[in-house]
Amino acid sequence: MPDMSFGDAIRMALAEEMRRDPRVVLLGEDVAEAGTTFKVLKGLVDEFGCTRVIDTPISEPGFTGLAVGAAMAGMRPVVDIMFGDFLALIMDQVVNQAAKIHYMSGGKWKVPMVVRATMGASRRSAAQHSQSLHAWPSHIPGLKVAMPSTPYDAKGLLKAAIRDDNPVIIFEDKISYTKVKGPVPEDDYVVPLGVADIKRQGRDITLVATSSMVQVALGAAAMLEEIGIDAEIVDPRTTWPLDEKTLIESARKTSRAMVIDEGYFRYGVTGEIASVIAEGAFYDLDGPVRRLGARHVPIPFSPVLEDVTVPTERDVFDLARTMCNK
Amino acid sequence: MSADAERFVRMYRQMVAIRFFEERVNDLYTRALMPGLAHLYIGEEAIAVGICEALRTDDYITSTHRGHGHCLAKGASPHLMFAELLGKEAGYCKGKGGSMHIADPATGNLGANAIVGGGAGIATGAAFAAKFLEQGRVAVCFFGEGALGQGVLYESMNLAQLWTLPVIYACENNLYNEYTHCSETTAGDMLARPRAFGIDSEAVDGQDVRAVNTAAVRLVERARRGEGPGFLLLDTYRYRGHHVGDIAREYYRSKQEEQEWVTGRDPIALHRAWLESKGLMGRDAFERIDVEVAAEMDAAVEFAMKAPYPDPSRVDEDVYA
Ligand SMILES: Cc1ncc(C[n+]2csc(CCOP(=O)(O)OP(=O)(O)O)c2C)c(N)n1
Repeated sequence: MPDMSFGDAIRMALAEEMRRDPRVVLLGEDVAEAGTTFKVLKGLVDEFGCTRVIDTPISEPGFTGLAVGAAMAGMRPVVDIMFGDFLALIMDQVVNQAAKIHYMSGGKWKVPMVVRATMGASRRSAAQHSQSLHAWPSHIPGLKVAMPSTPYDAKGLLKAAIRDDNPVIIFEDKISYTKVKGPVPEDDYVVPLGVADIKRQGRDITLVATSSMVQVALGAAAMLEEIGIDAEIVDPRTTWPLDEKTLIESARKTSRAMVIDEGYFRYGVTGEIASVIAEGAFYDLDGPVRRLGARHVPIPFSPVLEDVTVPTERDVFDLARTMCNK
Repeated sequence: MSADAERFVRMYRQMVAIRFFEERVNDLYTRALMPGLAHLYIGEEAIAVGICEALRTDDYITSTHRGHGHCLAKGASPHLMFAELLGKEAGYCKGKGGSMHIADPATGNLGANAIVGGGAGIATGAAFAAKFLEQGRVAVCFFGEGALGQGVLYESMNLAQLWTLPVIYACENNLYNEYTHCSETTAGDMLARPRAFGIDSEAVDGQDVRAVNTAAVRLVERARRGEGPGFLLLDTYRYRGHHVGDIAREYYRSKQEEQEWVTGRDPIALHRAWLESKGLMGRDAFERIDVEVAAEMDAAVEFAMKAPYPDPSRVDEDVYA
């Protein structure tokens, strides 16, 4: 099985689903010839043409709303939101429309659409192009939210999302597009939404990590191993549905848990997951569940400032070491 | 020199300043000395210069991701701009904003914006305040034709015309929304859009700094007299990539097209030829400007390179007022 980049795995998933189902179309800014700013969709227009890989005006609320209607009327649109920060522009379509239509119609209308948005800082892109806003849709009943961390998961989760009858928001870490590589089967597989994955088995501490933070946790685990701490890394893969069972079981086994996520700390994904673990594993824990997340500031431009806003391997290592009393 | 002649020379110098500034930005990027990316204004200088020449220091502007030209034309210091671009403490935003977020209350700059169309509400709101507070100020909202896709622009223009607000919408039509031609993203006649609200709207050759200035003066004076908003549609071209890293561009626009604008419609060359033909400036004067501006920009880069980074502890400051 060849190693493939995170971005290439996403392109592969889209191509497979578009071959399988003619109702799947891609909508977004510069998605066709340019293949997006990140070049992730490069080449898809050659195979599927500009009637299915559709360049839009810079009208995020407009084309997201259009996707909602198209999904209700029988299509399977996949919307590309170049920077996750622009989620702020489409929230009405996603939150008040897509998320609620199935419920409000008593289950009569379905909205099978996917929004692919990016996330992640550390690219010196400043406050309006660096946020990780996945906690927002995770808060809303009716939406599903996926956060792949590996090429394998990126392909499988995206395929599952496209086949799902609900609106699914997928967050893709920008740096991972080219930096993270891994094996990706050519087969037609899906990763079901709501199933966590143990990225590393361990005995001493559970590190729950999402998206970009999985690589950080893996780096920290290697450092921890050198001082005799055996960390287990659990990747929930979707923030909703959330695989509470796997999270709790891991924490009960290791008796210590830390949650690491690139979104804001306050009122965020780490808080939710920590409380799930605290409630489910309370009597087996040696101490409180700890959290690491983005610093509570708009992401600054200057490298010296930006570098202290996102959890690092060192931060995870230091906190894990304290938690394990080593 | 007459006041008019001084103005024409000043506009020439300011366009050269923007171009030299941007060439140094590109150089810093290419030498990996600047963090992140930047969107260069080279080729579009006449718009910022022609419009800002019609403004007072206390008038407002909102700017865009391609904003260095607007900031400089409104009176920003190249020293503090370069410092910001390099993420230094001495920069306009203490290193927190970077290339896409330069803001400067002293020159009425409400801020550059990395959200396409993000300035529409802000500029209109500043105009609302200027009217409410009876300050006689006007606001100019710069944006690229890509922002014509954003609904907030139309909501803002409707409010501005309804409430007779002193705001000028300056649409810089450089033909491309990133890598897609505007004809693929914009239905109908661009100018018909503001006109549908009854806004006084005009199409202008954005490479002709004098034409831009004349149109801007008319709309600014009108707005200042309390007669409401204006809209300028300015044809222009960005010579370089969408951002400094956009080097291979032939899949979306031809080298020939680029060459035609660069050689045939360069705003600096056109204005220079006009100044010469009117006998307002000669070869020596142009050379002197080049030398002086180059020295100023080099000094600004040097200042920024030597300036210290902020202390990481400053990261938590400024979140709240
Ligand atoms: C709301 C929003 N959508 C998308 C983007 C990404 N983006 C940055 S610049 C740009 C193209 C802008 O084109 P235009 O407004 O014509 O300005 P130009 O770059 O040509 O000066 C796009 C799509 C953005 N910054 N904000």
